[in-house]
Amino acid sequence: MHAEKNTKKIWMIIVGCILGVIWISPFYLMLTNSFKTKKELFSDTLGLPKHLNFDNYVNSAKDLNVVSTFMNSLVITVVSVAIIILFSSLAAYAIQRTKSKWSGFFYMLFVAAMLVPFQSVMIPLVSVFGRVNMLNRPGLVFMYLGFGASMSVFLYNGAMKGIPQALDEAAIIDGASRWQIFTKVIFPMLQPTTVTVALLNVMWIWNDYLLPSLVINQPGSQTIPLTMFDFFGQFTKQWHLAMAGLTIAIIPVIIFYFVMQKQIIAGVSEGAVK
Amino acid sequence: MSKKKTWFYLFSAPVLIALFLVVLLPFFYGIFYSFTNWDGVSQSAFVGISNYINALKDPTYLASLWFTIKFSVIAIVLINVIGLGLAVLVTNKFKGANILRTIFFMPNLIGGLILGFIWQFIFVEAFSAFGKLTGIPGLGSWLATTNTGFWALVIVMVWQYSGYIMVIYISYLQGIDQSLLEAADLDGASATQKFWQIKFPLIMPGFTVSLFMTLSNCFKLYDQNLSLTAGGPYNSTQMVAMNIYNTAFSMNKMGFAQAKAVIFFVFVAIISLTQVYLTSRKEIEA
Repeated sequence: MHAEKNTKKIWMIIVGCILGVIWISPFYLMLTNSFKTKKELFSDTLGLPKHLNFDNYVNSAKDLNVVSTFMNSLVITVVSVAIIILFSSLAAYAIQRTKSKWSGFFYMLFVAAMLVPFQSVMIPLVSVFGRVNMLNRPGLVFMYLGFGASMSVFLYNGAMKGIPQALDEAAIIDGASRWQIFTKVIFPMLQPTTVTVALLNVMWIWNDYLLPSLVINQPGSQTIPLTMFDFFGQFTKQWHLAMAGLTIAIIPVIIFYFVMQKQIIAGVSEGAVK
Repeated sequence: MSKKKTWFYLFSAPVLIALFLVVLLPFFYGIFYSFTNWDGVSQSAFVGISNYINALKDPTYLASLWFTIKFSVIAIVLINVIGLGLAVLVTNKFKGANILRTIFFMPNLIGGLILGFIWQFIFVEAFSAFGKLTGIPGLGSWLATTNTGFWALVIVMVWQYSGYIMVIYISYLQGIDQSLLEAADLDGASATQKFWQIKFPLIMPGFTVSLFMTLSNCFKLYDQNLSLTAGGPYNSTQMVAMNIYNTAFSMNKMGFAQAKAVIFFVFVAIISLTQVYLTSRKEIEA
């Protein structure tokens, strides 16, 4: 019995190692080839680089305009996610605590909006916002609120059910306003959900390509995915530079992942299961 | 007007306004546009249902729809089977199980566009280098033919999403009451029996969620399609999202593209609702 358990364990480790190597190999190939010269890359694509040569990084960083691109992505992501958190939690509080036909209708609207694929609204969206000169960064942030609200309201609504209504009533008797109740009592209690909502929206907005490509695709306001698209078009067949550029784009995400790993995985399963 | 109502409308207004202007208004505008010959610039005229008729006769649209369906069916099956397999593997206790979980999930942190570019390099350069090294034939120019391009997209999607779906299955597997498994142990059940008789029925709700998520992600796929094959060769690996995009923004046939987009919406909505209905009914039976 014991020996049988051990062989099973060894098999799992073997299978796990093989799968792990397969899963990580794209990153291995990206990283190793980012240090090679053009010639070395073609003569030995799969091996380790002979020298740790950072020339490719220096060259591609210049073309990517790294600092300003990174800041654009950061500002758009942080502002959008902050706005989504504030307004979705407020709306979920209002909808969950009010029992009327309007609150039911609003809730239904959010759920129904989740069924609409982005591609079904993108053409009129660009046209409508273009007409009022809102194809810019504030416009983009507003669009993220509209697209991100459904899932976020849905998650906050679920969490709100677990907070007893007696807390509100006690605070009302003490003379607190609804805004005070929300900021002092309810919002702090929603903190685990806020982490989930924040992480899911960060992962989406940081990596989003299609929406910003339609709204803010001018030099100066481009985010990382937009810059990467232009960069890659420019350097096809110059794989050594392209790999260095891709590595630069990925590093912040990987660091973020290793720091927040537990919360991210917990957030993903919570977001899906609810 | 009671005080109660004022705060209700004030608190829900910002999100409702955004939802209205960003999703609902364009959605209904879009239905209107789909009955016109709007090209984004000049005055448009009402053309009845001719956009819809033309869309259903457009060979590139139908080909992209068929390509998307084939892709989605195969990708959904593989993602869910592999995702569940990975979840079962890493919920066992052995050295490295947690590291594996981290590795399997990692691709999901990175955007589809960037992942597609990394894989473009792998399919173009690393695959042929690997083929030369091992002598395995057929590993060159994977993005140059329709058939291998299809499988390239499937591979990238499976590699990316299996880890995501794994996380969902893990949470269901960990939610299983341990006493059930212990009781089965006492009755002498084998690991296979425990999996099929106990674990499998209890993670059924996980299927509803996972199928819904993989379905909508596969159907709406655009970024990976763009950065991996860009629809080539000759638009033969073009998926619906890209077909709609190109009709609208490369050919400037906005009304026509919007008719395609409305058909796409109906398609996605019907499939999603049917699927949720069917799987949730099965859950109750089980």
